[in-house]
Amino acid sequence: MISVGARASTTGTRREKRAPKRIEVRFRTIVSPHQLNSRWGRRIYWTVLIAVVTGSTLVFVFPLYWMITGAMKTGEEIAQMPPTLFPAHPTFDAFIEAWDLFDIGVLLKNTAFYALGAWLFSMAVDVAAAYALSKLRPMFGNVVLGAMLATLMIPPMVVIIPLYVTIVDLHLLNNAWGLWFPAAANGFNIFLLKRFFDSIPRELVEAAQIDGAGPLRVLWSVILPISRPILGVVSIFTIVTAFKDFLLPLLVMTDSENMTVSVGLSQTAGAVSQNQIMGGLVISSIPMIIVFFIFQRHIMAGLTAGSIKG
Amino acid sequence: MRVLRRNLTAYGFLCAALACFAVFAWYPMIREFALSFQKTTLVNPPTWVGLDNFLTVVQNPAFGKAWLNTVEFTALALLCGYAVPFVMALVLNELRHARAYLRFVVYLPVMLPPIVAVLLFRWFFDPGPGLFNQLLGFFHLPALAWLDSSSTALISLVIVATWMNMGSATLIYLAALQNIPPELYEAAELDGAGIFKRIRHVTIPQTRLILLLMLMLQVVATMQVFIEPYMLTGGGPEDATMTVAFQMYQFAFTLQDYGAGGALGMMLMIVLLVFAAFQLRLTREDKA
Repeated sequence: MISVGARASTTGTRREKRAPKRIEVRFRTIVSPHQLNSRWGRRIYWTVLIAVVTGSTLVFVFPLYWMITGAMKTGEEIAQMPPTLFPAHPTFDAFIEAWDLFDIGVLLKNTAFYALGAWLFSMAVDVAAAYALSKLRPMFGNVVLGAMLATLMIPPMVVIIPLYVTIVDLHLLNNAWGLWFPAAANGFNIFLLKRFFDSIPRELVEAAQIDGAGPLRVLWSVILPISRPILGVVSIFTIVTAFKDFLLPLLVMTDSENMTVSVGLSQTAGAVSQNQIMGGLVISSIPMIIVFFIFQRHIMAGLTAGSIKG
Repeated sequence: MRVLRRNLTAYGFLCAALACFAVFAWYPMIREFALSFQKTTLVNPPTWVGLDNFLTVVQNPAFGKAWLNTVEFTALALLCGYAVPFVMALVLNELRHARAYLRFVVYLPVMLPPIVAVLLFRWFFDPGPGLFNQLLGFFHLPALAWLDSSSTALISLVIVATWMNMGSATLIYLAALQNIPPELYEAAELDGAGIFKRIRHVTIPQTRLILLLMLMLQVVATMQVFIEPYMLTGGGPEDATMTVAFQMYQFAFTLQDYGAGGALGMMLMIVLLVFAAFQLRLTREDKA
């Protein structure tokens, strides 16, 4: 492939003064390296690249810029027409006001508590279940697995009313367990974990058993250390899902001192000014943006882990 | 004896998960069925009322409108949320620069809590100082009423939904595209296939399974759309954004009629299951 590309650049009708920089091709896609490095190919490539980069930035980043600068504008400036691209007198007043009006400290504390609890509880429950189904292989194990995976076919919205009625019947309203129990009943986590555990060779488990390790010891000292990648993926998804969840917390956490960030913002947003809303939105986005910066690779790996190899 | 012990330990490890699933996943499915034939008040024990709930649902004036809107919303969301990410992934896969940046940027809205995207766009849709009308004015185009007009409200919701969800679909397609063996493109090129023919005869057949799977997931996801009508329009104006999922919420949690909500939920579930079965058959034929 390299030789083809090299020939392409020398057979150009007119050599440019400065040899154009070759577009490096490490993997073959629809457009061939030969086409890509032809004179027109290069021009089109750079045009498309610039268009896509500016377009994506405008579509996906500019709204966030508008949100942040909106929060730094005063009440009059944010309602001004036409709007200003930069805040004339940037202030952080709206952030401070939003913090008090929405009571974001309490909301964030609640959300973190629910998310961490959901993570710890569902990891303990789902890892144990996946381990039992994968390595201990009980009778009717496949039936149990099938019934767990079948819940993935039922869209969560459809069963939200009976789930709510069940939670009310069990007196779990305004109780963190009302969010943690449903979070642990997650067929997708069990599917991902079990598939990873299945790939761990039997010999490893048997060697540990010969050394006298019981099932719990095998799980703790053999399976879990090997499974760190998948545990990372499942952990992050559980936490992110718990943080983003809206409808169930809206129904279960009804007292204002128990609300999550999303629910709290939705309930108070009608009563405060636009720049204060933006301040609240910025503050409540920060935790997820930080998580994304730190765990970007895990998140992107996890996104494709479940879907591609199906 | 050893078999019994192995089974006992195994179910010991399983029991917590079994309990969670039984109470919070399997039982609600059965309860949904019962709920739709009962009058439930949460105070008094439920009583059986036959098909009354279904009658309440069907006789609601917005019933037909809600289904029509849901289908329209799904179709629009597919157009934007299904085709756009695929094209985006095709282009991203061709680019040799800024790949990490583009992937990061596309996925950024997915990380935000949905309420952030929804409240942010509520401001953009504001007919006065909102960003969208100001942009239209900048290009000397007529202003739109966005959420306040029954003709543009639904498409406005689709715009929000697409913005905040398309990142994950794009990255899933991108991963599928990277799994296509390069030899196929080389062979197609030797046979004289141009770029569009290569897309049609190599890329799409090679990603067909994932395309079908995503179609199902996308339809199921958009059929359940809730937070957008809940926060942005409340189903209005003139029921223009009343979706089935939102009507279900209204029955159960605004009117406290859990039976009617359950009945509507049953209908939605049947529609989605029929769709899923149909889809599964398509996929299976594909494998054979």
